[in-house]
Amino acid sequence: MDLWTAFNKDDLRDIIALSLGVSLSATVLAALLGLPLGGILAVYKFPGRRPLTILLNGLLGLPPVVVGLTLYLLLSRSGPLGWLGLLFTPGGMVLAQATLATPIIGALAHRALQAPWHEYGDALLVDGASRLRAIPMLLVIARPPVLTAVLAGFGRTISEVGAILIVGGNIAGYTRTMTTTIVLETSKGNLPVAVGLGLVLIGLSIAVSATGFMLGEKGDR
Amino acid sequence: MKSVALTMLLILLGGMVGDRAAAQFSRQSIVLTSTTSVENSGLLAKVLPLFTTKTGIEVRVIAQGTGQALATAARGDADLVLVHDPEAEDRFIAEGHGSERRQIAWNDFVVVGPNADPAHVAGGHDAVAGLTAIAAAPAPFVSRGDKSGTDALEKRLWRKAGIDPVASGGGAWYRDIGGGMGAALNAASAMAAYTLSDRGTWLSFNNKGSLVVLIEGDPALLNRYDVILLDPVKHPDAKQPAARQLAEWLTSPEGQEAIGAYTMAGEQLFHPSASSPK
Repeated sequence: MDLWTAFNKDDLRDIIALSLGVSLSATVLAALLGLPLGGILAVYKFPGRRPLTILLNGLLGLPPVVVGLTLYLLLSRSGPLGWLGLLFTPGGMVLAQATLATPIIGALAHRALQAPWHEYGDALLVDGASRLRAIPMLLVIARPPVLTAVLAGFGRTISEVGAILIVGGNIAGYTRTMTTTIVLETSKGNLPVAVGLGLVLIGLSIAVSATGFMLGEKGDR
Repeated sequence: MKSVALTMLLILLGGMVGDRAAAQFSRQSIVLTSTTSVENSGLLAKVLPLFTTKTGIEVRVIAQGTGQALATAARGDADLVLVHDPEAEDRFIAEGHGSERRQIAWNDFVVVGPNADPAHVAGGHDAVAGLTAIAAAPAPFVSRGDKSGTDALEKRLWRKAGIDPVASGGGAWYRDIGGGMGAALNAASAMAAYTLSDRGTWLSFNNKGSLVVLIEGDPALLNRYDVILLDPVKHPDAKQPAARQLAEWLTSPEGQEAIGAYTMAGEQLFHPSASSPK
């Protein structure tokens, strides 16, 4: 059995669409949190900045399975956030992946903004910008490494399986993504199908990265 | 330019996810936690669409081992369960989580192992004698170790044999992989080891390698599948009416016929038994 006989086209399209939809949504959410966080750490001086930076970098190694389990307990009907009804839904999966990607985007954005802040910070402030207003300008100045930060966050979300397996439940046609399908097909002994899906997943990841770079280069002109 | 393109991409993707969500919201859905064997064998994918067509109720299946499926339901995160470990089910009901239990089908477990059969158990019909021979050889044996229904039966068989496999072979010939049935079969295939499998998963498994069925036909290897409705007082959030509809449909002549009609490679995987429980 190979990839094309194992799935009908609609199922395969749904799985790919859900993978991309959940991971891109999670990446956007994580960027909305992580980029300002990285910016604040780069431009503001405040007590606790160093410990916070160390913590953020430490969370680069946040284990997906622990995030999944924690969110599972929170989102369970018997947990404090059970009323949201997010357990075993794509929304819950977005939340889990955004939790994983935020520290990555935040920590890498912080690094990306440090050098331009040293270089242009005084000039930006002299021009009358507040430190807060300087953050988006710095993000634009440091576009290439910031793009890499966001793509690193996306890489985490599209590739992880530990968190979404627990929070999403791998429900056919509803929360089944590329990675959870690969786990499932492996457990069924359909190794060629699993490998085929893996190659499609890698191809998608490269395609998203290429799109990001093309958009970045267009912005440079 | 960048922001415009990005926004368009997001709207597109948001729309995709949104459409799916809208389609899901437009009809009622229930969550069924089940054992991996009924899901991975393809039974539910074949049978449940008939129920959905008839009632408009979508069934979201979460395939876990029996232990985990019952734990998920006990937390209130399922609307009904479909499992196969009578002892664990008794506890679940005694603790007040489950109200009604109905048997829907049965099949059997088999002991599979390498063609070469170093423990000489091929052709046997006595699981306990077979395991005793495997431990005496000793030959590698893969254990699920995940508190699934299959794992629970395996532990019971070792107890009957009077053998503590962890003490005598843990880390050596007795290999606890802590995984699902598929993972255990993959491991057994790779290590030329024996393991206990439900017949449904075995027949639909595609990486058998040198593994063959060696012991079958022992009454102790009977495998019963039950649906259990959740207790409405303990689990008020469970969607009782829809869950009941599914339980009733699975035990109805129509549901039973659909279960019995499911075959793989010409072999019937599940024998309907709602009217005459085993």
